[in-house]
Amino acid sequence: MSAEIYKKVRANPRFSELEGKRSRFAYLLSAIVLITYYAMMMLVAFAPEVMRTPVSAGSTLTIGVPIGAAIIIGSWLLTGWFVSRSNGEFDRLNNEIIQEATK
Amino acid sequence: MKARKHLLGATLLTLMGAAAYAADAIGAVQKQPLNMTAIGMFFVFVVATMGITYWAASRTKSTADFYTAGGGITGFQNGLAIAGDYMSAATLLGLSAMTFSKGLDGFIYAIGFFVGWPVILFLMAERLRNLGKFTFADIASYRLDQGTIRSFAAFGSLTVVCFYLIVQMVGAGQLIKLLFGLDYTTAVIVVGVLMVIYVTFGGMIATTWVQIIKACLMLFGGTVLLFLALSQFGFSLETAAQKAVEVHKDGAKIMGPGSLLADPVNAVSLSLGLVFGTAGLPHIMMRFFTVPNAKEARKSVFVASGCIGYFFMVVCALGLMAIVIVGQNPEFFEGGNTAGKLIGGGNMPVMHLAKAVGGNLFLGFMSAVAFATILAVVSGLALAGASAIAHDIYARVLRKGSATETQEMRISKLATVALGVVAVLLGILFEKQNIAFLVGLTFGIAASTNFPILILSMYWKGLTTRGALLGGLVGLISAVTLVVLSKAVWVVVLGNAAPVFPYEQPALFSMPLAFFFTWLFSVTDSSARAKTDKAGFEDQYVRSQTGIGAAAASAH
Repeated sequence: MSAEIYKKVRANPRFSELEGKRSRFAYLLSAIVLITYYAMMMLVAFAPEVMRTPVSAGSTLTIGVPIGAAIIIGSWLLTGWFVSRSNGEFDRLNNEIIQEATK
Repeated sequence: MKARKHLLGATLLTLMGAAAYAADAIGAVQKQPLNMTAIGMFFVFVVATMGITYWAASRTKSTADFYTAGGGITGFQNGLAIAGDYMSAATLLGLSAMTFSKGLDGFIYAIGFFVGWPVILFLMAERLRNLGKFTFADIASYRLDQGTIRSFAAFGSLTVVCFYLIVQMVGAGQLIKLLFGLDYTTAVIVVGVLMVIYVTFGGMIATTWVQIIKACLMLFGGTVLLFLALSQFGFSLETAAQKAVEVHKDGAKIMGPGSLLADPVNAVSLSLGLVFGTAGLPHIMMRFFTVPNAKEARKSVFVASGCIGYFFMVVCALGLMAIVIVGQNPEFFEGGNTAGKLIGGGNMPVMHLAKAVGGNLFLGFMSAVAFATILAVVSGLALAGASAIAHDIYARVLRKGSATETQEMRISKLATVALGVVAVLLGILFEKQNIAFLVGLTFGIAASTNFPILILSMYWKGLTTRGALLGGLVGLISAVTLVVLSKAVWVVVLGNAAPVFPYEQPALFSMPLAFFFTWLFSVTDSSARAKTDKAGFEDQYVRSQTGIGAAAASAH
């Protein structure tokens, strides 16, 4: 039964729209996370003194701490964005496409 | 000084396994006196989880229940369970120990662990859910030749499961000797028996709940410990950092990146192995099939990332505060010499911290949680191994789908018992061995064999059976060879002077090799099979995107 439905879905221009939008979004977010992480690793490897800058004058904590925390919290917030957009906007579109195909 | 360096190397290797607690890290530990508080609390945990197993057993009727809890786990629950797989004895003890001895390096290391999760979510979670039924081999062989690729993928899963089980068993034995004061062999047998009971009777439902309870205990314990420790510094991390810098032998240096990450190639290779190795671990992938749909699969990664991120930050803060609270207290050092060795070895700061700020009762609690952690991870592993044997090899390859539910269930339970026996025997056999290399192998193989086949089968139309098989083999062989040539085997096990392969993780080299040869053997493949493989992509793609046809997999 599925083969027919798969063909119908494939032929639906809204399916291309959905997969294009969703993939671009996923690639963009992956790129943000990986680029930020590897940028930090480059700092660690080639400019460690930057990571040793104090958070404010006279403090012991260095900016390495907030940078690290920001990467963890930031990428977690990105997963939140991804989930809310996927479970909302994309899933609505997805369900419409499935309904059209199984009609 | 030298001893300390060795200890650090050991910590680093331990850390490579998200849940690996290599015996090497604690080495031949001194058996401690019986800790009745810890044993009592662990007993409570066992009684509670046995109750859950009893309840789960009544709900485990079909193979779908057994392998994937019938797809009836919610996203939130599954997120906690995934986080549980990550919040292991290794992360609790290893990451805090690293911060304790190296400061900020420990935190930077923890981030490398963490960033894999968001990426897995963005690129894989929903496709995994939409395509998979019970095992990772279901996806890998979706449109490729069932006999060949399913066998190969099942073999890859089993290899990873077995290596990882040994690591866990040996770690459990050493940890329990240390924390509970129990005999090594007793500890290994206890872990093996409990694991088999959870899995054979309660299947995925019990395994998931054991993991969820443990994750909650771990989050609770970590938070309480953080609160108690911070209260000694007037709840100011800055004060804690100031005091730590004053007393640490490296002084202000600990607040910046240090020698541990001096070699960027090594660091990148390690993080690649961690990120993509995790994505290729069969017991982690299996978690995505326990939720009803892609929506819940996504939610579970959101919950998991939140818990893991929080926990890692807490653990690193604990390590920092331990510098002051534990590092200055002669009670925790051998012979009362604060310049010497910590009692129980380099991975103990967080446990000593628990005792220092929470007393014996709290130490007992944290020890019980550490033991529960290993139990939860080995159960997941045993289940993943059993599903590879019963579902992939027996039901699909040998019986070509003609096996009945009852037969498949029987085989999966027999497989679990067999895995339990093998794990206990190997655990005892490897007691005195240095097994850090097994962690490298586990993650190397997962990242270079399982992961490339998985991701290419989902994303690349051109993948053919021949390409997947030969490319996967290249990944397997190169990962194994490089680990053998690395320090963990070449120097530590074989006794040569210097490693041929200078890095700890082969992923940076073996992964690209696997991808390249998979591509090469696929594009040059003009067989009839290759045409079928490529023709199957369209349908697979639509299913992976929309979930049509996937709903049936979890409905029962």
